Amino acid sequence: MSGLLIWPILLPLAGGVAAIFVRTDSGRSFIVALTSAGFHTIAGGLLLWHVHLNGIIATQIGNWPAPFGITLVADHLSALMVMITAIINLAVTSYSRADMDRSLIRSGYYCLLQILVCGICGAFLTGDIFNLYVWFEVMLMASFGLLILGQSKTQLDGGVKYVVINLLATLLFLTAIGLLYGLTGTLNMADLHQKVPLIANRGLLTSIAMLFLAAFGIKAALFPLFFWLPAAYHTPPVSVSAIFSGLLTKVGIYALIRVFTLVFSVDMAYFYTVLPIVAALTMISGVLGAAAQNEFRRILSFHIISQVGYMVLGLALQTRLALAGTVFYLVHHIIVKANLFLVSGVVKRLQGSFELAQLGGIYRSNGWIAFLFFIPAFSLAGFPPLSGFWAKMILIRASLDIHAYWLAFVAAVVGLLTVYSMTKIWAEAFWKPAPQSHQVAQPTTAPKISAWMFAPIAFLALLTIIIGLGAEVVFRFAFQAAEELSHPEYYVHAVLGK
Amino acid sequence: MQTFCAILVGVMVAASVYLILGRNLIRFIFGLVLAGNAINLLIFTVGGLESRRPPIIPNHTTAIQEPFANALPQALILTAIVIGFALLSFIFVLFYRSYQDLGTVDTESMRIAEADTDHQPPAAGPTKGGSV
Repeated sequence: MSGLLIWPILLPLAGGVAAIFVRTDSGRSFIVALTSAGFHTIAGGLLLWHVHLNGIIATQIGNWPAPFGITLVADHLSALMVMITAIINLAVTSYSRADMDRSLIRSGYYCLLQILVCGICGAFLTGDIFNLYVWFEVMLMASFGLLILGQSKTQLDGGVKYVVINLLATLLFLTAIGLLYGLTGTLNMADLHQKVPLIANRGLLTSIAMLFLAAFGIKAALFPLFFWLPAAYHTPPVSVSAIFSGLLTKVGIYALIRVFTLVFSVDMAYFYTVLPIVAALTMISGVLGAAAQNEFRRILSFHIISQVGYMVLGLALQTRLALAGTVFYLVHHIIVKANLFLVSGVVKRLQGSFELAQLGGIYRSNGWIAFLFFIPAFSLAGFPPLSGFWAKMILIRASLDIHAYWLAFVAAVVGLLTVYSMTKIWAEAFWKPAPQSHQVAQPTTAPKISAWMFAPIAFLALLTIIIGLGAEVVFRFAFQAAEELSHPEYYVHAVLGK
Repeated sequence: MQTFCAILVGVMVAASVYLILGRNLIRFIFGLVLAGNAINLLIFTVGGLESRRPPIIPNHTTAIQEPFANALPQALILTAIVIGFALLSFIFVLFYRSYQDLGTVDTESMRIAEADTDHQPPAAGPTKGGSV
């Protein structure tokens, strides 16, 4: 049983280490990475299956009993996130086969990718708040390396901003952990759940909670703290921005959910006054930012921000349905957003640009690509019966249930504006005739799209449709996750055994 | 002692915030180092600063004698120092590399990734009109 919890962390780590040794050989390092990603997916699937059948599982590393040692815990939320991380890892690894330059692979691309996934899975599975910090650092280090891989000027520029703001977030996080430890004398999150309500100094506790909110808010790109994201995400190679867009901000969301349902579970009135406002402003500023952009990947980057707002909305509403909506949204969003970035890479390969003005006519020349863009794009915008529709519907329904009409209104309007951005990309890149310069150049340079690129896009699009049509199954998982989140006793029982 | 450390942490954080808010990346590095050390000191302080016995069970006994010192804050600080050091060496290289390529350490003039499009019409305009 304990193996199930360790494998999703160990496999990508082993893959990453192995990839260092074969990095000069791009074919072999791809095979190493793909094998690692494949086994990781299997491990993630087994973990999810086990958790779904048997409830929350926990294991004590090195057999140190619970509040003292490091605990790994998997509930429905963690297991779902690990599973989806593994799927994205597999898709992006496959895509990299055709996308990544040999020189970048020699600089250790596959190694960094696997270490990044290792850090992400560690963050999802740990039950110890200081260990969460360490996993964040593992993830950050790998992401720093990936972001500036290739070292173009734009990457260095974006990289400096990304690194600076993330280091500040890390310091805030560490401060919050230090203060919380000073108050409670424990770092185990289950133990914290029991000790935090006993603290008399509520004022200091609220400040610590706000430090956590700011630290995770930067990672998750919440409203006033999101400016690093659109500055950085459009600069690295497409495979890198795809995995970043899918997973990195979502680790911030996960940490927010975990800390604010488990550690700060009672008496957080101030937090729940701030959070709905933050969520609404995040949704609005993200979608408006996207409307002003004319570059494929920058539009998508701004949409990450507005989508993060929806996920935080679910946490802000506090009801079980809303939390289920957040979990559903996480699953849907990671798949769809990573896929859109992958499609943007194919478009770039076909026409040599991310600027919408220089694109056009892809619907005519490569209808399949247009179709495969259409599915995730309109799922993102919330068209039935695709996955995004259900995700948005659950959240809007949850806001209506507690009479938060203005939040429901904001969520619906932001959905409409998302349609605007998506139709803009559709009309500019796919529908309108190709710009003059390209029409001449195209026949001679018509590039071929490798099956390694095509397969992950088709697969993720298929998943989007499956989630849309089989929404009930995913919802059952999401609702189970929400059930566990709103009853932290289960989690505490699994970890501390009492 | 605790009060003194608390004030010291406050002063260090204030100084580091001042440095970080500047436009110069070199200042940012110094600010970051200062803030990292301030936070380590903070963890050390909140762990309790009274002089106590080391948390070691003496020979021929089975239980530890009260009051014993808490060793965990040191372990946490050690981890934070190691991670901080790795990050620091990374940003040194990154900033130096970006200084070589971008020719500046002034964050205000680093605008390549987010080109300032407000003052020039999007290059799209005319071509779009022409081709549609």
